[in-house]
Amino acid sequence: MSEATSDLNGEVAVDRSKMTISDEVAIQIVGMHKWYGTFHVLKDIDLTVNRGERIVICGPSGSGKSTLIRCINRLEEHQQGQIFVDEIELTNDLKNIDTIRREVGMVFQHFNLFPHLTVLENCTLAPIWVRKMPKAEAEEVAMRYLETVRIPEQAMKFPGQLSGGQQQRVAIARSLCMNPRIMLFDEPTSALDPEMIKEVLEVMITLAQEGMTMLCVTHEMGFARQVANRVMFMDAGEIVEQNEPEEFFHNPKSDRTKLFLSQILTH
Amino acid sequence: MSHTDFGQTPAVFEPKPDLPPPASTVGLIGWLRGNLFPDWFNSALTLVAILALFMIIPPIVNWALLDAHFAGDSRAACKPNVQIVKDKVITQGELPDGSTMELEATADRVVVPEGVTPNVRWTRKLIEGTVRATGREYAKVEIEQDVIIEGACWVFIGIRYDQFIYGFYPKEERWRPTVVIGVGLLLIIYMLTDGMPHRGRVAMFLLIPFPIIAFFMFSGGVLGMPHVDNAKWGGLVLTIIISAVAITGALPLGIALALGRRSQMPIIRLFCVIFIEFLRSVPMITILFMAMVVLPLFLPPGTTFDQLARVLIGVTLFIAAYTAEVVRGGLQALPKGQYEAAEALGLGYWKMMRLIILPQALKIMIPAIVSLFIGIFKDTTLVQIVGLNDLLTMVQLAVTDAQWIGLSKEGYFFCAFIFFVFCFSMSRYSMYLERKLHTGH
Repeated sequence: MSEATSDLNGEVAVDRSKMTISDEVAIQIVGMHKWYGTFHVLKDIDLTVNRGERIVICGPSGSGKSTLIRCINRLEEHQQGQIFVDEIELTNDLKNIDTIRREVGMVFQHFNLFPHLTVLENCTLAPIWVRKMPKAEAEEVAMRYLETVRIPEQAMKFPGQLSGGQQQRVAIARSLCMNPRIMLFDEPTSALDPEMIKEVLEVMITLAQEGMTMLCVTHEMGFARQVANRVMFMDAGEIVEQNEPEEFFHNPKSDRTKLFLSQILTH
Repeated sequence: MSHTDFGQTPAVFEPKPDLPPPASTVGLIGWLRGNLFPDWFNSALTLVAILALFMIIPPIVNWALLDAHFAGDSRAACKPNVQIVKDKVITQGELPDGSTMELEATADRVVVPEGVTPNVRWTRKLIEGTVRATGREYAKVEIEQDVIIEGACWVFIGIRYDQFIYGFYPKEERWRPTVVIGVGLLLIIYMLTDGMPHRGRVAMFLLIPFPIIAFFMFSGGVLGMPHVDNAKWGGLVLTIIISAVAITGALPLGIALALGRRSQMPIIRLFCVIFIEFLRSVPMITILFMAMVVLPLFLPPGTTFDQLARVLIGVTLFIAAYTAEVVRGGLQALPKGQYEAAEALGLGYWKMMRLIILPQALKIMIPAIVSLFIGIFKDTTLVQIVGLNDLLTMVQLAVTDAQWIGLSKEGYFFCAFIFFVFCFSMSRYSMYLERKLHTGH
């Protein structure tokens, strides 16, 4: 893991010119709690994400970081507090949930491509059935994004025929086809071989350079340093510490953060 | 060698070339070795199996094909056209004291009348006998006589064929079921063939308007076609009707029940669970009897509800319960990530089910669903219990007919053959489908 990130540090020059953060609020979470049965996973979360922000969330497993971003598109239901996405509150109202899911793209650890559909069909499915886009237009859009993730030549293959890195890039393209304003990444590189991590991170950097609002659960600290404007450390269902990457890595405030950083940066 | 000597590493890495596999693992010899004679135990099994086949197959082929009678219009055609003469033969026996005795016996001999080509084969067989008097064995005798080899009388099937296929459907109206089933089969084949245009529309036609058209064709009473009461429907046609209705009805119903059982809504879930578990824990025969006796209780008094319709409803509900459990198995086999990915893309419940979940679940379920359908096709024979004349019933009626007594072998052989053709085709199609839908994951 550390090898790929150091590669990144060396090779890719990140252009921060378009990575501007506006005053507009994209996501606002207020006093949010979540329980799995009796287990209190998320405790009193407050978080405001402005449009254009790139936030990296890290923390030990079981700290609630995946659950947090899964609450933002209602894959998990919160029990207390409020979540606003694009000023729409997430409640049990199915219409709101659908509207928000259309605006929020998600990339999973295990890609979750649809194995019975080709790469192209994976990408065009949601635009055609959710956005009611004509098929030809949807395919055009899909091909454009497959080019963005640099695998247009695989469009007619099935996901099962691709490598892990390629599959994850298809999954990113699939999300982008819905033209989301916010992207959530749930450990996008954790299931990949070291040789494939880089190609996925590069695509994510491209996205960041285009000004996408991103919330990314990852342990790729190289990526965090280069791309993120804010790094957030979570433990035991709470946001322990958040700061700009330089400050976060070089001058962590909490002893819990220090311990975590020492463990992931020295191996 | 020191610990630091790891051999030389060349500066440029060149992969070694691919070599062909050892000869004993490929080709005919490789196949034989791998599949039939991998070790002594399997070799022995192979030999035993070959021996068993040698013992079983030739007699069946002889009976069903080589010695069988195909042409003719009555039972007489299957009678041997050779004469059997009873010859008197003198044979010798040996008495306990060593002296010989002469015995007169009769032995059959086949005589071919002039100008006749014999329609049977016969062999000479040695018959052994004993001479006994007052319980004491006196002598052993041996005589040779001709024995006619028995062959199948397919003439019987030829003559009763119409009844096996159509039951008691009136002769002059039999074109109606023929057309319906013929067109139905053609449409099904069209629908199942890859690359044909408008397959989806054909499928929709088969699902909704076709059964209605088929019903009016069978039943008549419209367009100048005389009414045929469904008590007269029978034979293979009835078997096909029952299985087709049960299959087309049970699949959508079963999917709905499976989705209902996994629903978040407790009332729907409870209803589905009770429905499925009740029907699954009752034998099909009971369902059939209940359909005959209990179903009318739920209908307003005075409504007559015919027997066939009741049986069809009973069988469909029964099969739907089983289908539901198979579908549920398929749904559970899908990783949760598929649901999440579909939801994250903004697909609603029904679109997610239709586009993502069911296509994959159905694919996993193909073998189980097809074996279920094969099961239904065979289970239709149970309807004879409630007085419907399916294929097997028609065969049974024919073999107990006084005129054709003793030909049950042919009847059941035919019946088994028809069932085999249908079930085997379904099974092969499912295997083809499995291969086709396999997209390498």
